[in-house]
Amino acid sequence: MAKKNIIPFGPQHPVLPEPIHFDLVTEDETVVDAIPVIGYVHRGLEKLVEKKDFNEYTYVAERICGICGFMHGFGYCQTVEEVMAVEVPERAVYLRTIWAELSRINSHLLWLGVAADAMGFESLFMHSFRLRESVLDIIEATAGGRMVFGCVKIGGVRRDIEGSVLRGIIVKLQDLEPHIREITNVFLEDYSTRHRMEGVGVISKEDAYYMGMVGPMIRASGIPSDIRQIGYAAYKHIQFEPLTAQTGDCYGRCVVRVGEIFESIDLVRQLVEKTPEGPIEVKVKGTPSGEFFGRIEQPRGEVIYYVKGNGTKFLERFRVRVPTFANLPGMIHALKGSQIADVPVIILSIDPCISCTER
Amino acid sequence: MIEAQEMVGIEKRDLVEMVASLRSSGYRLVQICATTLADRYEMNYSFDKDLKFRNLRFTVQPGEPVPSIGLIYGNAFLYENEIHDLFGITIENMTTDFHGTLYQTRIPAPFAVQVPEPPVNVSPVPGPQEGGASADADAEEHHG
Repeated sequence: MAKKNIIPFGPQHPVLPEPIHFDLVTEDETVVDAIPVIGYVHRGLEKLVEKKDFNEYTYVAERICGICGFMHGFGYCQTVEEVMAVEVPERAVYLRTIWAELSRINSHLLWLGVAADAMGFESLFMHSFRLRESVLDIIEATAGGRMVFGCVKIGGVRRDIEGSVLRGIIVKLQDLEPHIREITNVFLEDYSTRHRMEGVGVISKEDAYYMGMVGPMIRASGIPSDIRQIGYAAYKHIQFEPLTAQTGDCYGRCVVRVGEIFESIDLVRQLVEKTPEGPIEVKVKGTPSGEFFGRIEQPRGEVIYYVKGNGTKFLERFRVRVPTFANLPGMIHALKGSQIADVPVIILSIDPCISCTER
Repeated sequence: MIEAQEMVGIEKRDLVEMVASLRSSGYRLVQICATTLADRYEMNYSFDKDLKFRNLRFTVQPGEPVPSIGLIYGNAFLYENEIHDLFGITIENMTTDFHGTLYQTRIPAPFAVQVPEPPVNVSPVPGPQEGGASADADAEEHHG
C-alpha cells in the first residue's frame, strides 16, 4: 500500500475564485479523502436580519452573492411576500423572471470562462468573458447595475423596462446566440476539453440524489430536478423542460450548463412576448408575521430561504441554504478516487460560490 | 401560495426513526436549520420528493443534545456542524465533526439563546459588632 500524504489545496489557489481549503489525502496520485475547510468569508448576514428593517434587508440579500445577487434579492422578496400574502403585479413578476434568466446566462458564461481557465485553455476563457460582457451590457441597460441590480423590492420592482427595450433584448440575444454556440462547440467537441472532463468526477444518480445535490450537478446525473417546475414567478406561464445528462461527470455538467444558456435565451424570448402592461409594484402595508420556506432555482441550483416574522419590522429568523452548500458533500464524494491533476476541474465543475455558502 | 408545505411536529426521540422512514420512502434531505426562540431552539429538518416539501420540527432546551442523522443522509454533517458552530447546540455522533472550526466567528455561537446571568452574591454589609468600629477607626486614621 502506498504511503498516505496530505496535500493542502487552497484557500489561495490559481483556480479558486474564492477561498476554500481542502486537505487532500492522497496515495500516490490518487485522492482517497478530502476534508473541506470553510469559514474564511463568513459575514454573519443571517444575524444582521435582527437589526435591519425587513424592507432594507433586500439590499443585504442582494449582496449575499457577487454573481447571482439579483436572484437572492428576488428569492428573499418572494418569500417575504408569501408570508405577508402580497399580490405582486404580473408585469413585475415577468420582469423579475426575465432578469433571473439573464442572470443564469451571465452565470453560466462566467462558469464556462472559469472552467476553461482551470483547464489551461486561456483563449477560450477570454472568448467566454467577452461574450459574457454583452449579457452584462443588457443587464446594465435594463437594471442600471451590472452585478448588483438593485431593482427588486418587496411588492414588485423598482424599475420598468420599456417595450422597445424588451424587444431589443431578444434581438441582442439572437445576435449573441451563434457566437455563444461557437465557443460552446469547443467545450463539447474539442479533444482537449473532452479529455479533461469525460469520466472525471463521476457521481451516480443515487449518490447525487441522496447527497442532496442540486442544479446542474444533479441534472448531470440524470435526475430532472428543477425548482422552476413548481411554477413560481412567471415560470407557470412558459414552456420549459429541465435539461439533463446521463454521464454524471464533469462533461455532463458542462453539457447541462451549455444547454441551459440556450434554453434561457428561449425563455427570455417567451417572457418578453408575454409580458403584460400594468403597474410594477404594489404598496405593502404591515409587517411580516408567520413563516415560509421559499424555493427558487438559481444558476447553481435550488436555493431555500426560510423567513420567520413575528409581527415587528425585524424578522425573527432568515436562513439561506445556497446551492454550493448543498453540493459540497457530493463534491467531496466525487473527489475520492480521482487523480490529483483532476481536482481543480472537479471542484470547478460544481461552480462553487463560497461567499454564498458562508453568508 | 407558491407551493403547499407540510409541517410536521415531532418529538426529539422520534427524529432518527422518522428520518430513516423518509429516506426509505425516497425523500432527499434539502436542509436543516435551527431558530432561536425566547428560551429554547426550534429545529427544522426539510425534505423533498417530486417537488413535495415536508418539514419535521421539534424544540430543544439549551444544552440539550440532538442526535445526528449523518448515518442516514451523508450530506447532513455540514448542516449539523453549522448548527453547532452558530447556535452552540451539541449534535451527538456526527459523521464528520469539525469541533467548532467550520465557521470562524468572533463571538462563539452568535445565535445561542441568551440565558440571563444569575444574580451576583453580594456579601452582607458588616454590622457594628463585626468590625464597624475598626472601619470608623480606619476613617479617622485616614482623615487624621
